[in-house]
Amino acid sequence: MSVRTFTLNDQLITAAAGQSILAAAREHGIAIPTLCELEGLSTVGACRLCLVEVAGSQRLLPACTTEVQEGMTVVSESPRLKHYRQTILELFLAERNHVCAVCVSNNHCELQNRAVEQGVTHVRFDYLMPTLPVDMSHDRFGVDHNRCILCTRCVRVCDEVEGAHTWDIMGRGFQARVITDMAEPWGDSTSCTSCGKCVQVCPTGALFDKRATAGGMVKQPSFVKVLQHARARKESQ
Amino acid sequence: MSSTRPRLATAWLGGCSGCHMSFLDLDERLFDLAAAADVLFSPVVDAKTIPPEIDITLIEGAVANEDNLELLKHLRERSRFLIAFGDCAVTGNVTALRNLAGGPMLVLARSYRDESNLQPQIPTELPVIPPLVDRVVPIHQVVQVDFHMPGCPPHPDLIWYCVTELLAGRVPNLTGKWKFG
Repeated sequence: MSVRTFTLNDQLITAAAGQSILAAAREHGIAIPTLCELEGLSTVGACRLCLVEVAGSQRLLPACTTEVQEGMTVVSESPRLKHYRQTILELFLAERNHVCAVCVSNNHCELQNRAVEQGVTHVRFDYLMPTLPVDMSHDRFGVDHNRCILCTRCVRVCDEVEGAHTWDIMGRGFQARVITDMAEPWGDSTSCTSCGKCVQVCPTGALFDKRATAGGMVKQPSFVKVLQHARARKESQ
Repeated sequence: MSSTRPRLATAWLGGCSGCHMSFLDLDERLFDLAAAADVLFSPVVDAKTIPPEIDITLIEGAVANEDNLELLKHLRERSRFLIAFGDCAVTGNVTALRNLAGGPMLVLARSYRDESNLQPQIPTELPVIPPLVDRVVPIHQVVQVDFHMPGCPPHPDLIWYCVTELLAGRVPNLTGKWKFG
């Protein structure tokens, strides 16, 4: 296995060739905030929370999709990054209706946790407060578009792990929505296997078990990593 | 009453009063507060007029009607340090969910006419009822806010920490002590 050595926050770090800055940082106990990334799924750089400074690049680069290069110099904590991360979280909170107090995921929400960690105690932007639907047509699960941050974890887990590809994204920009099949009610989906993987990986209260009440939705997204690891082992035998 | 003692006020705008309930849950610490400061104006104090000078003001609730708006502006003018107290003041929270139903007339129609089966009527003609503002907003969209204390409601320990820090002349450091909801 060929190795790459790079500098992260003044610390010399050795990574495997092809490894992302995020994965290498994690292996060395350096936390970089994320939302859309989930170990075991492909990386898409959708949420932009993991942006880092790379010497020689004018632009900030997402740590989850940027491969480590030999000799590169990376900074993952700076006032500039803090400013961008706070702004990103404020835009998430302003774009749809994230009302923690009455959300199924209150106290168990990755967006709520990131806001606390990054010190976003209030939102400087006007709340858009769009009128968005809640689809409760599925027997067991619901989707509340008010809480969706378009991280696409549901799309990826359904495609990459379950193999059903029931979920996808429709529309562009802030009008984008997660959809099931051809934008049909979830309950009418013929491709959905009702496995619930999408619900477990959703970082907010957008996908939930219909039995959950406020604060009652505790998710277990770590199964993806375990499942992918087990499959890789089986294939290598 | 000594004039050198810190002067506190609290106000209840568009909220459920849960933040004030949490404030009352300071329990015996309320005695310590009364010993350290004068609480001059509050839903739990029988004061009819706003004092001219206040050191610290806690504002619960979002701006939902003209009465909220007027009280908030008056308190801002007279307060040295104004705190958005709880999620409704900080984000709009449940109070601002009204915005999803549309403007004031749509909200009133939904509440008092469409969902009513006994004398459906919209209560807009009585002068004692303050008109609703077009859109519920968090208080920092109307006045300058010096400090945000999120929580639905903020825990009494958080309230006590913030108030005692401010009384000691320090800006509270919320790191690791707060959350939304």
